[in-house]
Amino acid sequence: MSLTSVAQALYLVAAVLFILSLAGLSRQETARRGNLSGMVGMGLALAATVALSLDGSERQVAVTATLIAAVLLVGLVVGTWQARRVEMTQMPELIAILHSFVGLAAVLVGFNSYLTEPADPVHLIEVFLGVLIGAVTFTGSVVAYLKLSARIASAPLMLPRRNTLNLVALVASAGLGVWFVAAPSIVPLLLMTVVALALGWHLVASIGGGDMPVVVSMLNSYSGWAAAAAGFMLSNDLLIVTGALVGSSGAILSYIMCKAMNRSFISVILGGFGAEEGTVAAVDRDYGEHREMSAQDVADLLRDAKRVVITPGYGMAVAKAQYPVAELVAKLRARGVEVRFGVHPVAGRLPGHMNVLLAEAKVPYDIVLEMDEINADFGDTDVVLVIGANDTVNPAALDDPGSPIAGMPVLEVWHAKQVVVFKRSMATGYAGVQNPLFFRDNTAMLFGDAKEQTEKIVHAV
Amino acid sequence: MTTIGVPRETRPGERLVAATPKTVAQLRALGYDVLVEHGAGAAATFDDAAYEAAGATIVDAAEAWGADVVTAVGAPDTAQVAALRPDAVLVAMLNPGGRADLVDALTARGVTALSLDAVPRISRAQSLDVLSTLSNVAGYRAVVEAAQEYGGMFAGQVTAAGKTPPAKVFVIGAGVAGLAAIGAADSLGAQVRAFDVRPEVGEQIESMGATFVRAESAQQQVSADGYASALTQDQEAATAAVYAAETAAADVVITTALVRGTAPRTITAAMVAGMRAGSVIVDLAASGGGNCELTVPGERVVTDNGVVILGWTDLAGRLPQHTSQLFGTNVVHLLQLLTPGKDGVPTLDLDDPVQRGMTVTRDGEVLWPPPPVAVSAAMPPPADAAPSLEEIAAAEAAAHALAERRKQRRTVTFALAAVLVALAISFAPAAFLGHFTVFVLAVFVGYYVISNVSHSLHTPLMAQTNAISGIILVGALLQIGSDDWLVTVLACVAAAVASINIFGGFLVANRMIRMFRKDA
Repeated sequence: MSLTSVAQALYLVAAVLFILSLAGLSRQETARRGNLSGMVGMGLALAATVALSLDGSERQVAVTATLIAAVLLVGLVVGTWQARRVEMTQMPELIAILHSFVGLAAVLVGFNSYLTEPADPVHLIEVFLGVLIGAVTFTGSVVAYLKLSARIASAPLMLPRRNTLNLVALVASAGLGVWFVAAPSIVPLLLMTVVALALGWHLVASIGGGDMPVVVSMLNSYSGWAAAAAGFMLSNDLLIVTGALVGSSGAILSYIMCKAMNRSFISVILGGFGAEEGTVAAVDRDYGEHREMSAQDVADLLRDAKRVVITPGYGMAVAKAQYPVAELVAKLRARGVEVRFGVHPVAGRLPGHMNVLLAEAKVPYDIVLEMDEINADFGDTDVVLVIGANDTVNPAALDDPGSPIAGMPVLEVWHAKQVVVFKRSMATGYAGVQNPLFFRDNTAMLFGDAKEQTEKIVHAV
Repeated sequence: MTTIGVPRETRPGERLVAATPKTVAQLRALGYDVLVEHGAGAAATFDDAAYEAAGATIVDAAEAWGADVVTAVGAPDTAQVAALRPDAVLVAMLNPGGRADLVDALTARGVTALSLDAVPRISRAQSLDVLSTLSNVAGYRAVVEAAQEYGGMFAGQVTAAGKTPPAKVFVIGAGVAGLAAIGAADSLGAQVRAFDVRPEVGEQIESMGATFVRAESAQQQVSADGYASALTQDQEAATAAVYAAETAAADVVITTALVRGTAPRTITAAMVAGMRAGSVIVDLAASGGGNCELTVPGERVVTDNGVVILGWTDLAGRLPQHTSQLFGTNVVHLLQLLTPGKDGVPTLDLDDPVQRGMTVTRDGEVLWPPPPVAVSAAMPPPADAAPSLEEIAAAEAAAHALAERRKQRRTVTFALAAVLVALAISFAPAAFLGHFTVFVLAVFVGYYVISNVSHSLHTPLMAQTNAISGIILVGALLQIGSDDWLVTVLACVAAAVASINIFGGFLVANRMIRMFRKDA
């Protein structure tokens, strides 16, 4: 029994724990256990790695130990601070920036691996791929972070021939890869890194805000592949297994979401929502008049209702209206009104974003339903409150084949007796499409800040 | 300031009023001063004090009729037209098609007259369509009237003293009134069957809880303006057969068929003779002469064989409180349309088909009848030439062939890719092969583990996988001990950011997961 074999055994245990962790997170009841087993797995893996690292240290063990302790401390302090401080509405940004860290680490580890290990072709290809994926993940996640935190405009960047640009970048990278394998030197690797960084930037910059949930989960997948590539170059099975797990799970998540939006995965990756199709949507059409309602009217309506469904969207997150909404729900339920939530798969800027916000406001998760579970029930619903959602409740997705969002499954709120839409103004949603729902006879608009308006309703009920 | 006058209705038996305290407040919000005639809402249970509390001024009849804008329920009589100011705007149910004398009088007076019963049937005008409002209430009330006359319970019962069957209600015409009647009868527990010559309303009938009586040859196509049109002879014969069979089986018949203001004869004396004693017919079309041959408008008739026929023409007025509230809200919606600035200045926009359709006279000019509005309230009618069966079959076959070809192409692509990968792998070194095996298996494990994740957990899951992908720290840690300082520095940076990831990701996932709770 050597240190290496003990470490290998621990790695195996860690890998199994990671699988259990992801499996646990697929259901509410087992989610905490899943989280815990992930932590334990990581702890075991790190302990084994630190031992291996110290054992194989080419420098004085004390120096290496100090360095390891220092970096872990940095990670502990910064990571904990971030995790505590972040508001649930900012979760998409945090996750995006965390992805960029994995990308950066993959790039650096790749360079190190090139610098320290002998240059056989297979290893060179592994290094090359690892750095490529890492670099794309890094800049892509940084752009996603900037867009999600509104530090740069979330509208898609429209460079002419953007698909050709991406293709050129890929071909150039492939060419550099051949050069790198044929005549190993740092130059092609550095050049490729620059190209890949630019590619990552451009890929995400040209995707519009509405597709951000898919982008974030796609980057999640990339960060996994980056870790797997690092595993290949370091011949470390744990990295390969973990990376592949994360990579494939991220890809599946992205796929599930694309299906929810009826968008092809490729087209989301290659271009924004508001791209060529968006301009068609700008055609002016007379949708007629919309009706307004006051908070008092809505309160009256809710008092008399038997069944109420609330469909939240990104606007609720922006206004931080989840607390008054939860209060309203509690009050209505106490009066015997059946209140449920209908959450569209792509509501918010991150898959499951709404669920997290509602959970934060202590809304029990068993009244928060998915689109497929609730769509059939709208006909029996007295009042639907649409809070800050727009494209996800747009009947044009079903009625109007020319609409850019045609074919996207939506919450069919208009079947309810009365729909109240909370909105700041009549502006269009992320997809830039006008919403005929607002002009329906059973729809009334409640303009203003969703939080303030909901608070008013809570007082009036 | 612009004033809105709300006079007391003078038609005998009229209990409605064109504004309620609630709508007075809404009218005031549009920038108008509201003058309500003394006692205007008394019959609808709104007293003067309530209007005053809502901000209205109580005035006499002359002042109410002399306002800038006058809103009434029924058409004014000669004296009332004379009391209008020449530049006034009159909003009321004027029946311009049937009252040429009134149109002339209003033109001579120079007022701008908007008829509330001439709202075009397009979707966006529905919020000001008083006919829908009145029909809705009338349909409900018709059931209540029928229930009062009927000698039994609507809901079937099984008791210790035996059982009673549910009442069988047959509703003719599934317009607003018919659908309201279906809903009311259904909620009282009756078995409701309904018929309409327009086949597309079957879904609406069923959604209200009734059985749609189907008679293929009797039903016609969608009309362009949302109203039913007159029937052809064949259709009429087929329809009559349906009516005879259905009425004979029913305890209560509610007829609501009105084709452009006139009532087609749907129930003949012979059909009534075939009904059981104690059955009730409520004729909602009595104002247009009645759908039933034996209907006397405004009267209750009992036939020789004991069938009660109610010809009430004031069904909506029998529920004055709610009807007035709904009517008043229609008026508010109209004034919202007329006052886009919310500044109390009514402006008539004749380019708007809704406003144009309602305008009967303006400044001494007759604007009736309006040009037709070709927007259907129903679903757009199917294309003229429906594709034939062969065409559909051909299209289906083509689509099927395409799908089949696509499937084949996909299979070929997969096979090629598999061969290529296998070739590439067989040239790779053995060590790589081992890793690659692990990699491929892990990809599949990840796929199956995640496939059935609960949607609500996506965000925590992503935080968790993100933390786990911080495992790249392992690589960085192993490189820290290198004797090359550059490598060490790079490794330290990599390890630092990766460990932020690990700690941050796990903690934030944990924080989110703890927030989810089940309803206690």
